[in-house]
Amino acid sequence: MISPVLAVLEHDRGAMAEAAREALTFGRGLAESLGAGLEALLIGSDDADLVAEAGAYGAAAVHTVTHPVLSDFGPEAWGEAIARAAGMLKPAAVLAGGSERGNEVMAQAAARLDLPFVSNCTAIDPSGADGSGVDSGSGEWSITRIQWGGSLLEDVRLAAALPLVTCGLHAVASEPLPEPVSPAAAGLEIDLDPALARTVVKDRVVLEAGVTLPTAPVVVGGGRGVGSAEGFGPLEELAGLLGGRVGCSRAVTNNGWRPHSDQVGQTGTRIAPEIYIASGISGAIQHWVGAMGSKHILAINTDPEANMVVKADWAVIGDLHEVIPAISAEIRRRHP
Amino acid sequence: MLRILCCVKRVPAPGARINVTADGLAVDAAHLGFTTSPHEECGVEEAVQIAERCGGEVTVLTLGPPEAAEQLRYAASVGAHRGVLVPADGGARDPQRTAAILAEAIRRLESADGAGPFDLIVFGNESADSGGFQVGVRTAYGLGRPIVNGVKGIEIDGPAVRVRREIDGGFEVYEMEMPAAVGVKEGINLPRYPTMKGRLASKRLEIEILDLDAPLGGQTMVRLRRPAETVSETAILGHGPEAAPAVADVLESLGVL
Repeated sequence: MISPVLAVLEHDRGAMAEAAREALTFGRGLAESLGAGLEALLIGSDDADLVAEAGAYGAAAVHTVTHPVLSDFGPEAWGEAIARAAGMLKPAAVLAGGSERGNEVMAQAAARLDLPFVSNCTAIDPSGADGSGVDSGSGEWSITRIQWGGSLLEDVRLAAALPLVTCGLHAVASEPLPEPVSPAAAGLEIDLDPALARTVVKDRVVLEAGVTLPTAPVVVGGGRGVGSAEGFGPLEELAGLLGGRVGCSRAVTNNGWRPHSDQVGQTGTRIAPEIYIASGISGAIQHWVGAMGSKHILAINTDPEANMVVKADWAVIGDLHEVIPAISAEIRRRHP
Repeated sequence: MLRILCCVKRVPAPGARINVTADGLAVDAAHLGFTTSPHEECGVEEAVQIAERCGGEVTVLTLGPPEAAEQLRYAASVGAHRGVLVPADGGARDPQRTAAILAEAIRRLESADGAGPFDLIVFGNESADSGGFQVGVRTAYGLGRPIVNGVKGIEIDGPAVRVRREIDGGFEVYEMEMPAAVGVKEGINLPRYPTMKGRLASKRLEIEILDLDAPLGGQTMVRLRRPAETVSETAILGHGPEAAPAVADVLESLGVL
């Protein structure tokens, strides 16, 4: 019997992260290629709703770890819990979502286990076949991961007693099973050092409620072409009409027109809206990798050859200062 | 006086497209400049600001080719005091090996002249190129230091360091006793440009060299390649404001209007 794949369930005080659903979806594929089952590790909670949701995404069993030091998220405490659980459960692999927390806790676990950790994978072939379909017999895994935020792919060989991986954020679309399974939940007895509390969240500050950039269904983005901080007024108006948020490129942040928290890109926010309306944005690599998770893209640009126009589903060729107010006016006309 | 160490990586500065060398083992940098990885550029700025605010000395450490001395000089031009280069041998690098070398370099720097531990070690959250998301965490663990990633704000409060990390719609606060480490992200500050005085100081910087090595880890690069281009047929909805009704039709068809 081949040991199961163990997926770490990222959650924030009981709310499951989309990255956890992606990890379970990706984990089902990995488990299948190993001929193994899929199980989940739930840290700092034994909440029945989380267990049920793990089942909806294919986990046959959920191992829970609760401990006073796990009262809130803490990278060291979570990393230690993963390392200890891996030692007890001896899975075929441990997998998490490629979110900021997912990569951080897997790095912590890998450091503790003194094992390699391959982050942000897009494809894993446990036979080591390197695309040829023939088992290399080396026991090494062939993995494809992202570099440069997704502008390049890197093929790697992984030699490890226990593979530790994350799947790239939005590298798979999360998908529940057609029929949910009801996983068995069982607590793991792990005694954690209270000193791990040194990196547990102490406090939280909520700045805004409601729609935020990573979760907005519509993002109206502006680049250098917007021209000034005031130039973002019409973009704000359109985003408001559509229940969305305004985003921007790195050039805009560097000019001080918008705060960095609005920046879409490799070093900013990865967005995944239903539609991204990108105006006055040329589409440099840095920006594109933050925008490529969008389901649809509409570009507004004076340059029909701009990278963003070429990569968009739809484009309007023209000056955003004229086009965006016209779109807002049209929306008002249809929905007075 | 605070002693702050900042680890930086020299990376290519790409524009709209990144090409790979014929052997598939590196980014083709023939026509590219090089820069400090963006999160780390902000890390240097943050370290310098803390030193200016609280009093302190900033040391910048890099593992890389001899040319990475440029990144150390740049750091000096914006206010760093010391630069340490661990020359890379040009062979394979992986996150385990890099972290082991950095941890050993830091141990050497801390044991020299009985200097003692750096109060704060600043890493970039992840490098712009390989993006392994682990060198800072592994290095800090090797040194027995606490580390928090994703840091967008740092406040020194006596023997403690309080850090802010962005979450959806707000931020989390962590508090660590120093010595401690952080992985910072772009946006924590807006890095300054070098002044003329800074440029002169950077020319005089004496770069310290540490020759160190560590065994390879279990992850080996086979090749780099460009992903299949997603060539989408871009439908032109029109020119100028006359395209507005067609845009509204698209928004309605997607159910967002």
